[in-house]
Amino acid sequence: MMKNRRKWIPIFIGAVILIFFLVIALFAEQLMPYQMNELSAPYGKPSAEHWLGTNDIGQDIFSELILGTRVTLLTGVMSAFFIICIGTGFGLVAGYYGGKADRALSAVTSVFMAIPQLPFTIVLVTFLEPSMWNIVVAICLTAWTTTARIVRAKVIEIRQQPFVQVEEALGQKKRVILFHHILPNIQDIVLMRATLAVSSSMLTEASLSFLGLGAYNQKSWGAILFYAFRKNGVVAGYYWWYVPPILCISLCIFAFMLIGYYGLGSENVQQRKEYQVDG
Amino acid sequence: MLIRAEGISYAYENRTPGMKRQSQPVLENVHLSVDSGEIVGLLGESGSGKTTLGRILAGLLRPSQGTVSFRDEAAGFPFRGEKRRKIQILFQHPESAFNPRMTVSASLREVYTLYHLPYDRMEMLTMLEKFGIYEEHIDRYPAQLSGGELQRIALARVLLLEPEFLVLDEPTSMLDEISQAQLMRMLLDIRDSREIVYLFITHDTELCHFVSDRVLEIRKGRIETLENSESPSPKAVINRLNLYEEEKR
Repeated sequence: MMKNRRKWIPIFIGAVILIFFLVIALFAEQLMPYQMNELSAPYGKPSAEHWLGTNDIGQDIFSELILGTRVTLLTGVMSAFFIICIGTGFGLVAGYYGGKADRALSAVTSVFMAIPQLPFTIVLVTFLEPSMWNIVVAICLTAWTTTARIVRAKVIEIRQQPFVQVEEALGQKKRVILFHHILPNIQDIVLMRATLAVSSSMLTEASLSFLGLGAYNQKSWGAILFYAFRKNGVVAGYYWWYVPPILCISLCIFAFMLIGYYGLGSENVQQRKEYQVDG
Repeated sequence: MLIRAEGISYAYENRTPGMKRQSQPVLENVHLSVDSGEIVGLLGESGSGKTTLGRILAGLLRPSQGTVSFRDEAAGFPFRGEKRRKIQILFQHPESAFNPRMTVSASLREVYTLYHLPYDRMEMLTMLEKFGIYEEHIDRYPAQLSGGELQRIALARVLLLEPEFLVLDEPTSMLDEISQAQLMRMLLDIRDSREIVYLFITHDTELCHFVSDRVLEIRKGRIETLENSESPSPKAVINRLNLYEEEKR
């Protein structure tokens, strides 16, 4: 009982952190103490009025941070959604059908895998109109490949299982076998990849924004870092400007990692217990 | 002729990218005919190709060469329609013959849905009782049932389709003695009560000779018929089957 409770602690901590950020993202406008057009003295230090000081144009950094949660989280979640859809789709079809379909899809995957992800994303974002959706597209174009490879390998393993062959012998449709029998058996991996994809997409978004390629006119944690760096906040030692977004990014990724790693770890433990059958 | 396999050859191919394509022949020009009402035993050492042949006859593997016909009609690949329904297979590992994410009743219900059979839980339970499976078993996940129970449910699931040819791929090898006897007794009873033909693939020479009308052996990818004189005494098998009768009492 005690062990069981301990198992849930990391998942609980991860969920609390994530819910905290989700609430902030959803109610950003209501939670922001200042609007972005309310300007004070620039480069203000943390005070009772401005908890995290002000930036180079006098905007409240705490309000920026709250508003940035939405773009950063949304970019991470949307990118992860598309990465998982594309990667899982490719992996399922290649792994289950094999033969020419596998060779063709594996070749496409290899081509995209060979592209250096961050430089390609940077080049793509540079040529596209800078918006959140274009960043999502740029991230998705290369980030699905690892998921596709992992899912394919797992599907090949499951395809050999007698229960899949039994379904084939019973005359079950391939579509049903794929989505009703194989997909539920790789859900651990898909969920794990999804949490990792959210984290890596958030990092990529932050990196792009830090390089000045972020969504135009939209605040994100990476964009705060970009301006802190560009306006000499880092050189001048205005830690209240650049440390909070770094902490937020790290905390958010940590939360996804806790849920992904321990959530799935606990399920595996449960499955192992279930497999201990008497008689 | 119910099932006829002509000139069946099969080779496993290694297609690892970057490596020379290698071919490992398992079956070479195998001919096999099974008539209605027969139980044909198939013996062979590990890796001799008996499971491969069983899977080809069950329509799960496409032979490299040769054809399988059912009731003198080429079965093609994959089997479709009536051929798919009438030719079935029972696997060696009952614990992995069911989707681990589905309850046993959900797995059984799928067969009803697939073939538009009228589903009634009570009727299904009555049918399962003949296999020693009761209501407390069917809402469990496969991992919560024993190998013997799962193999009997797997047999019940296959029989829902009323197959005419059933490949038994070492169905007893993973079971304890009581479960083995239980399953074999059921298979023999089923054979007495309906028109069904078994291809009984096994390592167990005694059991194979005891239950089969004809025993074949695969050696180096080729089939040989074993003479009756090679049959060992069935005494031990009869004792084993009697174990089940005693257990029932």
